[in-house]
Amino acid sequence: MRISLSWIRELVDVPANATGRDVAARLISAGLEVESVENVGEGLSGPIIVGRVHEIEELTDFKKPIRWCQVDIGGDEPSGIICGARNFVEGDLVVVAPPGTTLPGDFTITARKTYDHVSNGMICSERELGLGEDHAGIIVLAEGTAAPGDDAAAVLGVGDEILDIAITPDRGYALSARGIGREVAIAYQIAFDDPVDRPEELPAPAQDRAPNACASDDLASCPLFTLRTITDFDPSAPTPQWMVNRLRDSGMRSVSLAVDITNYVMLELGQPLHAFDLDSLQGTVRVDRAQPGEVLETIDHVERKLGNDDLTIRDDRGPIGLAGTMGGADTEISDTTTNIALEAAFFEASIVARMGRRHRLSSEASRRFERGIDRTLAPVASARATELLIKLGGGRYQGMTAVEAPMDTRVITMAASHPEAVAGMPIDAERVVSTLESVGCAVTSNIDAHGNQLSVEPPAWRPDLTDPADLVEEVVRLVGYENLPSTLPTAPAGHGRTWAQRVRRRVGAVLAARGMTEVLTYPFVSQTEHDALRWNDDDPRRDVPRLANPLSDEQPLLRGSLLPGLIAAAQRNVGRGTTDLSIFELGSIFRGSVSATESVRPGVHARPSDQEWDALQDLLPQQPMHIAALWTGAGEPRGWWGTGRTTQWTDAIEALLVIAESAGIDPDRITVEPGSDPGFHPGRQARVLVDGTRIGHAGEIHPGVLENAGLPARSCAMEADLDAITALGVDARPAPVFSTHPVAKEDIALVVSADVSADRVAASIRQGAGELLEDVTLFDVYEGDQVPDGHKSLAFALRFRAPDRTLEAEELAGVRVAIVEQCASDLGARLR
Amino acid sequence: MSGPNTNFDPKQVSALSAEAVDQMVAEAVAAIAAAGDLDELKAARLAHSGDRSPIALANREIGALPPAAKADAGKRVGQARAQVKKALEDREVVLIAERDEQVMRAEAVDVTLPANRRPLGGRHPLTTLMERMSDVFISMGYDIAEGPEAEAEWANFDALNVPPDHPARTMQDTFYVESPDSGVVLRTQTSPIQIRAMLDRELPIYVVAPGRVYRTDELDATHTPVFHQIEGLAVDEGLTMADLKGTLDHLATQMFGEGIVTRLRPSYFPFTEPSAEVDLECFVCEGASVGDPSRPCRTCGSEGWIEWGGCGMVNPRVLQAVGIDTEKYRGFAFGMGIERTLMFRNGVTDMRDMVEGDVRFTQAFGVDV
Repeated sequence: MRISLSWIRELVDVPANATGRDVAARLISAGLEVESVENVGEGLSGPIIVGRVHEIEELTDFKKPIRWCQVDIGGDEPSGIICGARNFVEGDLVVVAPPGTTLPGDFTITARKTYDHVSNGMICSERELGLGEDHAGIIVLAEGTAAPGDDAAAVLGVGDEILDIAITPDRGYALSARGIGREVAIAYQIAFDDPVDRPEELPAPAQDRAPNACASDDLASCPLFTLRTITDFDPSAPTPQWMVNRLRDSGMRSVSLAVDITNYVMLELGQPLHAFDLDSLQGTVRVDRAQPGEVLETIDHVERKLGNDDLTIRDDRGPIGLAGTMGGADTEISDTTTNIALEAAFFEASIVARMGRRHRLSSEASRRFERGIDRTLAPVASARATELLIKLGGGRYQGMTAVEAPMDTRVITMAASHPEAVAGMPIDAERVVSTLESVGCAVTSNIDAHGNQLSVEPPAWRPDLTDPADLVEEVVRLVGYENLPSTLPTAPAGHGRTWAQRVRRRVGAVLAARGMTEVLTYPFVSQTEHDALRWNDDDPRRDVPRLANPLSDEQPLLRGSLLPGLIAAAQRNVGRGTTDLSIFELGSIFRGSVSATESVRPGVHARPSDQEWDALQDLLPQQPMHIAALWTGAGEPRGWWGTGRTTQWTDAIEALLVIAESAGIDPDRITVEPGSDPGFHPGRQARVLVDGTRIGHAGEIHPGVLENAGLPARSCAMEADLDAITALGVDARPAPVFSTHPVAKEDIALVVSADVSADRVAASIRQGAGELLEDVTLFDVYEGDQVPDGHKSLAFALRFRAPDRTLEAEELAGVRVAIVEQCASDLGARLR
Repeated sequence: MSGPNTNFDPKQVSALSAEAVDQMVAEAVAAIAAAGDLDELKAARLAHSGDRSPIALANREIGALPPAAKADAGKRVGQARAQVKKALEDREVVLIAERDEQVMRAEAVDVTLPANRRPLGGRHPLTTLMERMSDVFISMGYDIAEGPEAEAEWANFDALNVPPDHPARTMQDTFYVESPDSGVVLRTQTSPIQIRAMLDRELPIYVVAPGRVYRTDELDATHTPVFHQIEGLAVDEGLTMADLKGTLDHLATQMFGEGIVTRLRPSYFPFTEPSAEVDLECFVCEGASVGDPSRPCRTCGSEGWIEWGGCGMVNPRVLQAVGIDTEKYRGFAFGMGIERTLMFRNGVTDMRDMVEGDVRFTQAFGVDV
């Protein structure tokens, strides 16, 4: 809501020296979010003068039509001024910026030769003067507004201040000068003369044209509907400049007197109004739901398909308006309309909100109805508008028809001590009562054994006040949030981070310490990205939820894997010249689609039953926490020490092992075996298992995937289910028991068939060696001379130790024999 | 026991005279002093203190002396041997020190050679900032609560006192998971975690909930459809708005340092009543830029205050929706944007830097913010 300070001053006796910023500060403290304070005509300096256009000479020798105008600006001689606008005629009153005046944007007017004439000034539009956005043409003032030579700044309200206030959904009443005026009055603790309380000045109905009857067939949605009839209105009567200025300052354009009056009264009081062309109406005007299949062309010339959820205004022929939202084109008033039917009604907030959403239509009217307007306001606002139509446009009042359902009274009971208890600062009962009364509540105090109970009846314009908590807010905000003390509650002893939370933090820190960089990517993906990873049609990673309203139709899916996001991040980095990359992401993935068969909606007045809550959980897709990483280029950079080291499949597997070990998983629980993910190089990928449960996958990305993605060859990746790792991990690990006796070291080289995995050889060594073996480390893999074709030699460094003694050479020799025999019998290995 | 006297030879015995012994010592000391390195010292040791050295030979002859001369000669030779040994030891210390110095001088390197062979990586500053904020609350006894990103509409809206046609639902543009009637949304706020915490936990409840949230904004310098919030919730007997203010003041001080000024400003959220916005006084201009075009402030946009988050006393309707006795318990809740906090705490000017995954951005923050 934009409103000028001068309008506020008309309603409230604000101290004369208060600036717009002062008023804004008071309003902010009371809870109205003043986003800006602007000056009308900010940047304008020097005089602007009212001029009358005497003569227009059309210049046609130029690319566009140009006018050479003689304009009387109050001097002896008219000023010759060049003007490109065409929305004026000889005799019109215009606004002239003479030479020497500076317009907003630091543009100083000079007398200069242009289009073969010396132009002595400029005829201005609203935007050129910094008054508003209108730049469709120059300003033409209504006849009688001012005389040539008058100070146009005063006429146009230059120097006034505009407060732009963001209105929260609970404060619909503040979408009006009335509501803001009241808040200003409360903030300054001065009296407020509610414009609604002004005496009505309507003449008696002329009764020479019977008003149309009206009816509401849906009293729940429309409990109040009024129609006032005005005839013999002069459609050519101009809108007075003060009203044009106020509309402009509130962000609305002047259209015609009748429309301007409905808008003005809406801005003034907060009641949306709609003017119909009376002669286009047939029979009773009623409010009812639309019939499915009906169509209405609204005044924005859009054909709206209606349904049973739409509340319409109708006459005998069908719908003529979308209730509280927008009128129909057929019954709109035009520049020749002389007879007017003025609608003022109360429409229920939720039905207007639903229509607005369904038709993607938001209007000044619907914004107010959605937030809830004053249930009693319609006849008052309608009278006010009728008065203006008569006064400014010479209409004759023919009477009002109306339908109204009885109104419920709302009374909220609250202990007078409640605001104090919630705020945590002293607020006595007297202050509570006076504050509630200042916002318009009627308060009765009942003191009994239980204390002072207040019965509070909120005013009609505050439909948001329904609970004691709402009253507490009113009291505390007006006492002032700035007066709240600062105290700390005492929480019970906490538990620290959970195991899963600690694992996540640990894993992130460990990977970062290893030189990896965390990224956070959007979880929106496309089918194309899945295809690019060569996933099979039945790959579970494709089974993901779809968004009903994605930001981009190209990425309507939620991610079933972190890899697409990492690939995109890698592409961006590589594109920006960072080709040596090791990045990781820790985040939720999504699995399974959401079945839309039946939606579960527990109530909100009691705790949901366990069944209801479980049913809600069942609706949700699975969202396990994953961790993934991607490497391109060198893992260790090239430098003075050498050529660097290209990241390879082992780095990917190693990262996965490190993650598992960070979660307290002992290496001997982990198995690495060849993998078969189609997105990876078929011979250079592994799946990793813990106690036989698959936790993740790692290896070199498929060359085809890399080529399509434009990523360096040999790039590697890893992805793991961190929830699974967390579940398998061990929080409090037992202390190791180790011997302090001397270690004995032995190397052993075994020749095995090339297809025997190193892992299996190590397992046989362990088995053959028995408990004396402390550690096995593979230190060489060799194929070539001295090793038969189809075979390889694996060399292991072994460490032996006994718990209770120093090992003797003979004992070790025996173990060595046992190892060789075990490997020979398990794998056909022989000593090299 | 000394050797037999049979080999006694008076000529050799003359070597045990005082002069002869002194001579031996002098020769030995001179040779040791002349040793320029450890090898030469080794040769000198062999020559003057080895088994075949004059002193060793002299020593051997002591046994052949008549008993009366033995003690005297033994003393003399013993002193000589000690003198030589001491000279050897002293010289060895000097020569080892010289050798070590020489070796280390030779091994010296250019220590200014780049040492970034395995550079440190980085954790995303949004992650670490969430952790840091959580740490503040953990130290106050709060637990960290969590919830899913694809969330039941009931928990994201209904239970938070946002009925289906409430204008507040259009305040935050929501991603719906297909179909639109499925009842599943991408959570628009971390507040549904409040609902989960209140359904799952024993009272009193003190939790903080960092997490990722979604709104249908296009990405630009100041908006992103995917962002992060941290939510706090306390439900206990006798909680007040003053407790809320104190808690936020503490967090602000921990995040921005002593002297940071906070302001609660009345506002509206369906799930809190009374509600407030939490503002921070701009710590760059401290309000001096307000109304002074000559001192524009980029951090606060010359407003003097920075909007940090929303807060309030938990609306009793929300407590009712999860079955908490509103006569006995009151709650407060607050939530703030992590991106926003990072933007003005660490001077990030473009939201896109946080979401694009350019490693240069994250690496600048290291492993903690």
